[in-house]
Amino acid sequence: MSEKYIARAKAVAARVLGGEMMIMSASNSTLFSLSDVATVIWEAADGRTSLSEIVAVRVCTEFDVQQDVAYRDAELLVEELAMRGILRVSSQPVLDPEPAAPGDR
Amino acid sequence: MSLMAELNGKALRLGVPLSAHLDLTYRCNERCEHCYLDHEDHGEMTTSEIEDLLRQFADAGVFFLTLSGGEPLIRRDCFEIIEFARSLRFNVKLKTNAILIREREALRLRELGVEQVQISVYSHRPEVHDAITKIAGSLERTLAAIRFLRSQDLRVTIANVLMRGNRAHSAGVQALARELGAHYTLDPTITPMMDGNTSVLRLRADASDISSYFHNPDLVGDVESFCAPPVTVDNEVLEALPCSAGHTSCYVSPYGDVYPCVQFPLTCGNVRRERFLEIWRNSPQLAEVRSIRLKNLTTCSSCTHAGSCTRCPGLAYMEGNMRGPSTADCEKSFLRTGIVTAGMRARKSTPLAGLGLVQIQSVPSLAS
Repeated sequence: MSEKYIARAKAVAARVLGGEMMIMSASNSTLFSLSDVATVIWEAADGRTSLSEIVAVRVCTEFDVQQDVAYRDAELLVEELAMRGILRVSSQPVLDPEPAAPGDR
Repeated sequence: MSLMAELNGKALRLGVPLSAHLDLTYRCNERCEHCYLDHEDHGEMTTSEIEDLLRQFADAGVFFLTLSGGEPLIRRDCFEIIEFARSLRFNVKLKTNAILIREREALRLRELGVEQVQISVYSHRPEVHDAITKIAGSLERTLAAIRFLRSQDLRVTIANVLMRGNRAHSAGVQALARELGAHYTLDPTITPMMDGNTSVLRLRADASDISSYFHNPDLVGDVESFCAPPVTVDNEVLEALPCSAGHTSCYVSPYGDVYPCVQFPLTCGNVRRERFLEIWRNSPQLAEVRSIRLKNLTTCSSCTHAGSCTRCPGLAYMEGNMRGPSTADCEKSFLRTGIVTAGMRARKSTPLAGLGLVQIQSVPSLAS
């Protein structure tokens, strides 16, 4: 399994509203709403932590899900978010990730 | 229901100010004849005060942030403020005349992830635009800026205010927007000055111009739908909120004063004296604004247009009663549909005399 690294895209806006993460891409002004799991993955997407580690350390500890199932779902999710321009996916750590916003976990 | 409508509904239920408009300064490098601001600096918030306010906005849940002025880029710290706002992950829209934007600034705005830049253009002809801004060469500089911004793939909206002096130029500005790859909006609203001075209202386009605009498919899309007779006024309509001002949106002046909206000069508090969220949650003025439903409006609740009128509570407030009609919106409703409004009847004005119309379609019976 080749490792994946994910980083939040730079040109996106994000805010949690009533526990739900809202994302808007500046490049196409499209609004997205992320599920709880997608929110955890998106917030952890610092470019340095691998997707497998995010799944193991964040997703599987916060949600009742098996790691292999969670990883497969996470892979699909990050591909979709990347396709929509709100996440960057790389086989190497992302060197210029979006800095964490103040107050991020 | 669209995701945006769901988002607004959720913000309303939770009492979250989803959108905030912050004017960084009232100073400006243009002197537009219709402007509702004075251009002096009466003690603008400092960079650190603004950054603190932005943190408070983020904590309160603000997602859509409009930075405007005056001319926001006249502040030397404007890019610093935008960068800080983007670090807090606001969706940032910048309203500017753009004459300070060159290649480098356009690149910086793209790098910062600004979602949209709205720029005022009054005419495609320099002599008309420059006469309105009172700055020679302003159209040329603004258009150059739009080209720089578009070359960075930034989304640009050209805002065209319809006035007497440029009433024949909307098609030209719209064509210019198409050529530049910019969105185009036309607004016939001229707002009294924030101190209540109404002298700028003399510049408003006359009724026949506004009517032409409302009946132009290039500007409003489906004319039949846009100018359709008012919808039936039922309980659902009467229980509706007049607009989002003070409910899910707010305005903060360069001096820290909090208002329901940029067009609603009801001071609700000042962020230099109180935390923003304290004002948002506990201001008696905002509580009053929030208590108003269409059924509570003194004249408009009995108007056939109640369910489809664009009535602005801020303009009504500037006329003396936030629960009253707004003359400008009564006129717009009438000009869209040809049906007299309750506000017009209350003012005992005949539409033709009151609006200074030269020629317009006959007014259908209200009973029909």
